[in-house]
Amino acid sequence: MNVVVCVKQIPDPAAPQSLEPGTNTLDRSGKLILDDSDAYGVEMALQLAEQAGGGEVTLVSMAPNGETSGLRTALAMGAASAILVSDPALKGADALTTAKVLAAAIKRSNADLIIAATESSDGYTGTTPVQVAEILGLPSITFAKSVSVDGSSVKVERQTEAGYDDVTSPLPAVVTVTAGVVEPRYPSFKGIMAAKSKPVETLTAGELGVDASQTGQEITSVVEAEARAAGEIVVDEGDGAQRIVTFLEGLKLV
Amino acid sequence: MAIDKIWVVAEATDAGPTTTTLELLTAARDLAGTVEAVAWGTTTAANAAVLGEYGATAVHDIGDIGDALPGAPVASAIAGAIAAGNGPTAILIPTSYDGRDIAGRLSARCDLPVLTNITGLVGGDELTTQHPIFGGTQIVNARFTGQGPGIFVVRAKSFAAEPAGGAPAAVSSLAVGDLGATNAATVVTRHVEERTGPKLDEAPVVVSGGRGLGDAANYSLIEELAKLLNGAAGASRAIVDAGWVPYSHQVGQTGKTVKPTVYLACGISGATQHMVGMKGSKNIVAINKDQDAPIFGVADLGIVGDVHKVLPALIEALKAR
Ligand SMILES: Cc1cc2nc3c(=O)[nH]c(=O)nc-3n(C[C@H](O)[C@H](O)[C@H](O)COP(=O)(O)OP(=O)(O)OC[C@H]3O[C@@H](n4cnc5c(N)ncnc54)[C@H](O)[C@@H]3O)c2cc1C
Ligand SMILES: Nc1ncnc2c1ncn2[C@@H]1O[C@H](COP(=O)(O)O)[C@@H](O)[C@H]1O
Repeated sequence: MNVVVCVKQIPDPAAPQSLEPGTNTLDRSGKLILDDSDAYGVEMALQLAEQAGGGEVTLVSMAPNGETSGLRTALAMGAASAILVSDPALKGADALTTAKVLAAAIKRSNADLIIAATESSDGYTGTTPVQVAEILGLPSITFAKSVSVDGSSVKVERQTEAGYDDVTSPLPAVVTVTAGVVEPRYPSFKGIMAAKSKPVETLTAGELGVDASQTGQEITSVVEAEARAAGEIVVDEGDGAQRIVTFLEGLKLV
Repeated sequence: MAIDKIWVVAEATDAGPTTTTLELLTAARDLAGTVEAVAWGTTTAANAAVLGEYGATAVHDIGDIGDALPGAPVASAIAGAIAAGNGPTAILIPTSYDGRDIAGRLSARCDLPVLTNITGLVGGDELTTQHPIFGGTQIVNARFTGQGPGIFVVRAKSFAAEPAGGAPAAVSSLAVGDLGATNAATVVTRHVEERTGPKLDEAPVVVSGGRGLGDAANYSLIEELAKLLNGAAGASRAIVDAGWVPYSHQVGQTGKTVKPTVYLACGISGATQHMVGMKGSKNIVAINKDQDAPIFGVADLGIVGDVHKVLPALIEALKAR
């Protein structure tokens, strides 16, 4: 079974984030790492391919620059190869343009299953994978908290407001996974060494036949949110609980 | 693009339209002259009165979708209306499991961009959308530039739901187009997790626990405290991922948005993704042993201390009253 995983490479969320002057989109010009959210998808894909007794895990990623650090991490985990769509024209691309690019790249591989995360850490639109499914004419199951494949169909426990649903779909299909669907492995030293020589095909939007220029939305301004008034911060000297009781009394909640 | 007609994607449970649906109808009334709803399932006729009360003059009923997920059929029905020239100028969709599916598929079907994570809408000649970033410390204002209709995915609790006393919405049917393989996923069984006490997103008091609790068993302190305060028990994603509590407890960007009278964060660091879900609370109390924890930045009362000491003492004090 061949699994394609959409993996986004993002600026390190632990580092200070900033917006680009002019466009007000997130500054993604520096080093990009594997989005944590996608590490779950990579792990899930590896496990499903192993269980199916064969097939490959291919990564698909779009980045404004030629950055591959994040892809190398996923390759080190065990993915076989990657397609990177890198094009300065894709800087600040919206979710739909991103989906067009990813869909075109996915078409180049013979995927039985396409996995993405429910949402990325830096963009969190949560719509890209479903847009990919619609463009490819495929079914999709979002918010998977468990995934299994049985011959030609995929079974998913899908998170819902009330609990979860058992949902099934014929393959090929798009599935988005939540964090916690599986525990991602740490790349081994051997994996890291092997990743260095794994194939990464780099393409431009033009080579995929996608028009990257269109975007129908614009950021008009960015303003400071109303800050909360500073509160009272006290060190517990055995009186912490009582202070909370007094606070709740003030709100007439106890 | 002047906004004259808004469609609200109306989600419903057995109990009627969801609160977010009513919030969006309320918001839409202030933005456009005509507000209509789009609904599916078997309860639309029964819900027409409530939808009307909150401002929808009409409801476009897609009908029973059987065991399908709503994404593909609902998107195709709306796309069909747009293609036929009968569509709205803007579509408001709740940020929910199914709402995001509908938005994504609709966007791709109509080749229209989609604006997501909206917490504010400002009307006028065109709609300006507001999106919190960096944990809600900054607000991005955005707008559509192309031909409409605009697709707007709005977060829960961005507006207060208020009835306007409108007449029941007139129900008419909206046809689903050709879906091909896109509709092939089917729901086999639905599992409902039992929950007692007030709902997390409606409770006046929310007590949430995080990784600072140390282990899963200590979550019982959170539950006990929540019960004593007639509140609901919430959680950070860290302990949901760790399997301590079900996902339905999660507060934050990918979980529930809560705006209680008081939010108690116990052993929660205050990551940006957690804060966007609770920063709107009227009062925030935090207990954390690290005085530099970001949660203290939004706390009205912060206790720098050990949850293992403060929580049991708090429970005792409340029980003694
Ligand atoms: C795309 C994406 C979406 C996300 N969505 C969400 C979301 O919806 N909700 C969410 O919560 N998170 C979300 N996160 C995760 C978020 O970034 C944090 O990882 C998470 O909120 C941390 O949970 P925590 O505060 O419980 O754990 P930690 O960050 O580990 O904090 C534990 C805190 O407990 C304190 N502590 C430890 N021991 C004690 C003690 N004995 N007494 C008192 N305090 C103690 C520590 O000082 C620390 O501040 C998301 C992340 C991503 C990337
Ligand atoms: N530029 C990208 N490259 C690869 N995958 C992406 C990209 N953008 C989004 N995705 C995938 O779609 C998911 C949801 O992203 P988003 O719509 O930004 O929340 C991500 O977690 C990835 O799995």
